Amino acid sequence: MTAVAATDDIGASELLALYEQMAVIRRTEKAAHDLFLAGLVKGTTHLAAGHEAVAVGASAALRPDDYVFATYRGHHHAIARGATPEECLAELMSKATGICKAKGGSMHLTKASAGMLGSYAIVGAHLPLAAGAAWSAKLRGSGQVAVAFFGDGATNIGAFHEALNIAAVWSLPVLFICENNLYMEYTPIGSVTPVPNPAADRAPAYAIPAEVIDGNDVVVVAAATARAVQRARSGQGPTVIEARTYRHFGHSRTDPATYRPAEEVQEWMERDPLDIARARLATLGVPVEDAVRADDRAAQVVAEAVAAARAAPAPDPADAFTDVWADGGSQWRT
Amino acid sequence: MADISALGQTVTYREAVAEGIARELRRDPAVVCLGEDIGKAGGVFKTTQGLFEEFGPGRIWDTPISEQAILGLAMGAAMTGMRPIAEIMFSDFFAVCWDYLANEMPKIRYMTGGQITVPVVVRTANGGGLGFGAQHSQAVENWTLAIPGLKIVAPSNPADVVGLMASAVRSEDPVVFFEHKGLFASKGPAAPADHVVPLGQAAIARAGTDLTIVALAVTVPMALAAADRLAADGVSAEVIDLRCLVPLDMATVLESVGRTSRLLIVEENPYQGGWGGTVASIVADEGFELLDAPVRRIAADCVPLPFADALEQQVIPTVEKVAAAIRRLMAY
Ligand SMILES: Cc1ncc(C[n+]2csc(CCOP(=O)(O)OP(=O)(O)O)c2C)c(N)n1
Ligand SMILES: [Mg+2]
Repeated sequence: MTAVAATDDIGASELLALYEQMAVIRRTEKAAHDLFLAGLVKGTTHLAAGHEAVAVGASAALRPDDYVFATYRGHHHAIARGATPEECLAELMSKATGICKAKGGSMHLTKASAGMLGSYAIVGAHLPLAAGAAWSAKLRGSGQVAVAFFGDGATNIGAFHEALNIAAVWSLPVLFICENNLYMEYTPIGSVTPVPNPAADRAPAYAIPAEVIDGNDVVVVAAATARAVQRARSGQGPTVIEARTYRHFGHSRTDPATYRPAEEVQEWMERDPLDIARARLATLGVPVEDAVRADDRAAQVVAEAVAAARAAPAPDPADAFTDVWADGGSQWRT
Repeated sequence: MADISALGQTVTYREAVAEGIARELRRDPAVVCLGEDIGKAGGVFKTTQGLFEEFGPGRIWDTPISEQAILGLAMGAAMTGMRPIAEIMFSDFFAVCWDYLANEMPKIRYMTGGQITVPVVVRTANGGGLGFGAQHSQAVENWTLAIPGLKIVAPSNPADVVGLMASAVRSEDPVVFFEHKGLFASKGPAAPADHVVPLGQAAIARAGTDLTIVALAVTVPMALAAADRLAADGVSAEVIDLRCLVPLDMATVLESVGRTSRLLIVEENPYQGGWGGTVASIVADEGFELLDAPVRRIAADCVPLPFADALEQQVIPTVEKVAAAIRRLMAY
């Protein structure tokens, strides 16, 4: 792992703010887990607890008008881009106040007004979409970049390769950020991939620079993203970043993840992204109480979000027939 | 590009495709084209001839053979302020980028509660009759009809190509635009300037009183030829050119059947799962009392499309099959 030191780039207050965002995500995911177990979240969830540093670190390096595309494991990306825990949890709980009016669910959290252009549940599908948003930015000369976050498993699907190829050939301002959590659903990525770094090792075939980074260190992620953004905005094209990280929960729903060796779990739990950020805060001389206060604020935000989402009304059944077409309706025939 | 909009001029369907795209490219700088061989080469069917020369590489983008990237990039660009026109060379290739047509373009607006708009046009060469075999001849408009959230256009003549292209490009919703391979060389009056045909409005291609024939794309001229043949026998057939499958203009169909009391549907896609089944079921449901005879469908037979003309003609609709069906229906 080629961890990149860029601690100098980040000030104490900025890091504390990133820490607080990660704490909010962690608690939102825990709440989602508990609400699922309580039967208040139906269908499925794919929790990103453990992945917080990837979303928060990358977002810190983006402009507000940049575009982000995520997967079904995307709660952290929605929140990192400005979605509130309340609108996310309300969505999971099938409430009218949900971020997608309860039409999307856990797998499709989207905050288009903040450039978070969706969470996609077909593995790999959004990599070409991100390349398309980057192409659009290039055509409009807007200086925006697009980021696709995806799992290690997505590196074996065709859309990944088509997207990397065309992004390189057209020199598009796009970042491909792989959240390599070592597993697809239940199968280790290493058992189905001929190279050790599933995203980064493929990038050279498309003449795209790549780096493998510590995805649990928010400062490292922010620095690597900033470098890639700099390349993209200056017309040097795409970058692949492979951020190594680990899920704290199972793949989805109530998966106990017993397929993961205990020592491996232990090792990664000791590298919790929140702990790493706290250690960095200490190094920067931030008093412990400041981090504790950030934790308390995060806990309160999420507690209030849960209460508000619980109290929110169910959607109007008539809403099943809105939003198919741009005219707001669903009429397909006369 | 040559100006082919002069009144009274006759143009080919193929030229109309390029003209329709060119008019939108001239009108709106957000319009941009991408696809395989569409630039300098002018398209494998020459339907984008002249565009690269007029608009240059900043508007007309040659892509790698990456159908998922073509549709994915088009969608991502459409979500972020552009109005892309993507070409999939043969509609058979929809199968390799089906995710974008089935799961992404038609669903993103709905599943985000209306947050995202996808003003994209997916153009493709559709249909058989040219001996291209089972993987380059299919009429797949019924594949797209199976997906709520897509608008579906399939013009039958050059003027409609231009007018419907204008509406498709200006649509805020994703539109699949089927260009029929068997019609590319066919000719018709050029579209007048600023010609716009709204989506979802069928045309009465031939007025008649004895039976209604509902047709689309290549089956329109087929139905017209059969109707002309039967006119000699005193049969007055009305031919409706649906022009779009979504929005589907059933009001025009039901109104016509109300006058003629007989309905024949001529579709090129296979009988199994063909669009005529949807039209027939709506007429059975909402127009049962209007009918004096069973609804008949002429569609492709349910086999992969064979290569040899003698075999292909067995399988796809022909003027002879339509004429025979009219006779049977009138004798009922
Ligand atoms: C095209 C496709 N194939 C299979 C699935 C089922 N599926 C959902 S998540 C998943 C694992 C994906 O693993 P990875 O890309 O590593 O992401 P992670 O879940 O680990 O974040 C699979 C196989 C799917 N949603 N889409
Ligand atoms: Mg994974």
